[in-house]
Amino acid sequence: MQLLTSSIGRKIVMAITGQAMVLFAVVHLLGNSSIFGWLNGGINAYAEHLHSLPLPIIIAFRLVMLALVCIHIWFGIQLTIENRGGRPRQYAVKSVQKATFASENMIWTGCLLGLFLVYHLLHFTFQVTNPETAALQHLVPLHDQMVPNVLGMVVAGFSNFFVAFIYALALVVLFLHLSHGIQSFFQTMGWSCDKSQPIIVKLGTLVALVMFLGYVTIPLTIFAGILKG
Amino acid sequence: MSEHKTMTLTLIVWRQKNANDPGKFETYTAKHITEHHSFLEMLDVVNEDLINTGKEPIVFDHDCREGICGMCSQVINGAPHGGQDRTTVCQLHMRKFKDGDTIYIEPWRARAFPIVKDLIVDRAALDTIIQAGGYTSCHTGGVPDGNTIMIPKPIAEEATDAAECIGCGACVAGCPNGAAMLFTGAKVSQLALLPQGRPEAAARVKNMTEAMKECGFGNCTNHYECQVACPKGVNVKFIARMNREFLKAQFA
Repeated sequence: MQLLTSSIGRKIVMAITGQAMVLFAVVHLLGNSSIFGWLNGGINAYAEHLHSLPLPIIIAFRLVMLALVCIHIWFGIQLTIENRGGRPRQYAVKSVQKATFASENMIWTGCLLGLFLVYHLLHFTFQVTNPETAALQHLVPLHDQMVPNVLGMVVAGFSNFFVAFIYALALVVLFLHLSHGIQSFFQTMGWSCDKSQPIIVKLGTLVALVMFLGYVTIPLTIFAGILKG
Repeated sequence: MSEHKTMTLTLIVWRQKNANDPGKFETYTAKHITEHHSFLEMLDVVNEDLINTGKEPIVFDHDCREGICGMCSQVINGAPHGGQDRTTVCQLHMRKFKDGDTIYIEPWRARAFPIVKDLIVDRAALDTIIQAGGYTSCHTGGVPDGNTIMIPKPIAEEATDAAECIGCGACVAGCPNGAAMLFTGAKVSQLALLPQGRPEAAARVKNMTEAMKECGFGNCTNHYECQVACPKGVNVKFIARMNREFLKAQFA
């Protein structure tokens, strides 16, 4: 399989797994924004809707996401190690024209996002970091049934400065990673030309910025006391 | 000389006896340099001084000195070919510098380009990539009539843009990963765009990118430093086209 061994093949694998995760992050943001009340029942209703999906679908979806993350990390590390050796000695004078802080530090922003992902899953999915506010342990009524109080858990989490700060920081890292990653996807897939490429770079950064702002609004509004449980 | 204002410059030059020598920077003073000297002529002046004082001259690659052969290969103050837009070192003139400037001169630095001596690197790896598929196989025989194969002008122009690559290796030198994607992309695209290159297109892109990897070049991470470094303005769109050709080749 040339896709898994060659230079461009592995880049394509990185691009596709990365872009699939970007799509997930977009849908995740749209779903999470139900916390602002556009959905009847808010984020609790949204969470209940997800959890009422057939179990095999949930498991399959989680396995696919896990596979995407693992493949992306595996090839990311492998390619980075190869690339670091590509120039054995650095120039005495560093002259950077087009590379950006984001493009040069993809491995580090990626590692930080990986660590954040573990924390985020332990915090809100497996709910082991703050058991006293775990949604699964605190049921609230919603449309004639008792459902986990996700809103209460999220609000309790982000009322803590340290937690809100970690999330905000992780979102800055996400912005950096995506500002290079989104445009990179189009270049690697060959879906760009000289006219579209500079536009794609700007649009990629814009999408990353919109996602950052969308996500960061949740911890910020909660910590500022605007959004209450 | 007397009618020209001259400059005195400090050069910090990479000196390395051979591939096994660790190498080090040496400092030289370039005297009597006019703004009309090209960068290579400035080095000629310095080398004459070195020879006259019984020292080993600075060894560097050069040939046509008119910006088309792709031999000159120096990283000047961190920028391949000195960083002037679409300019090779030989076409870089000293008017770009000021009296008293300090200039760092280094060879191309990439795993795939071992240093031969001082500023000369071995760029045979680029030839290896070409040998892997940078050609079309044609039958010999009578010369075909002109215009028997019609090629739309925009396509012909795009292929010519790709063919502007002079194979100097500045893209590799500029790439933080030491990747040869712009070089290979230009060669793959030039042939893939034209009807004569289509029959072998799938095998070509597979073989050339494989040779690229085997030669020790790094992988592309879309920094686009190569495009800035290229003295011929070869655009990274040709890397995108090569990626597209590579994907197509997987299903061919």
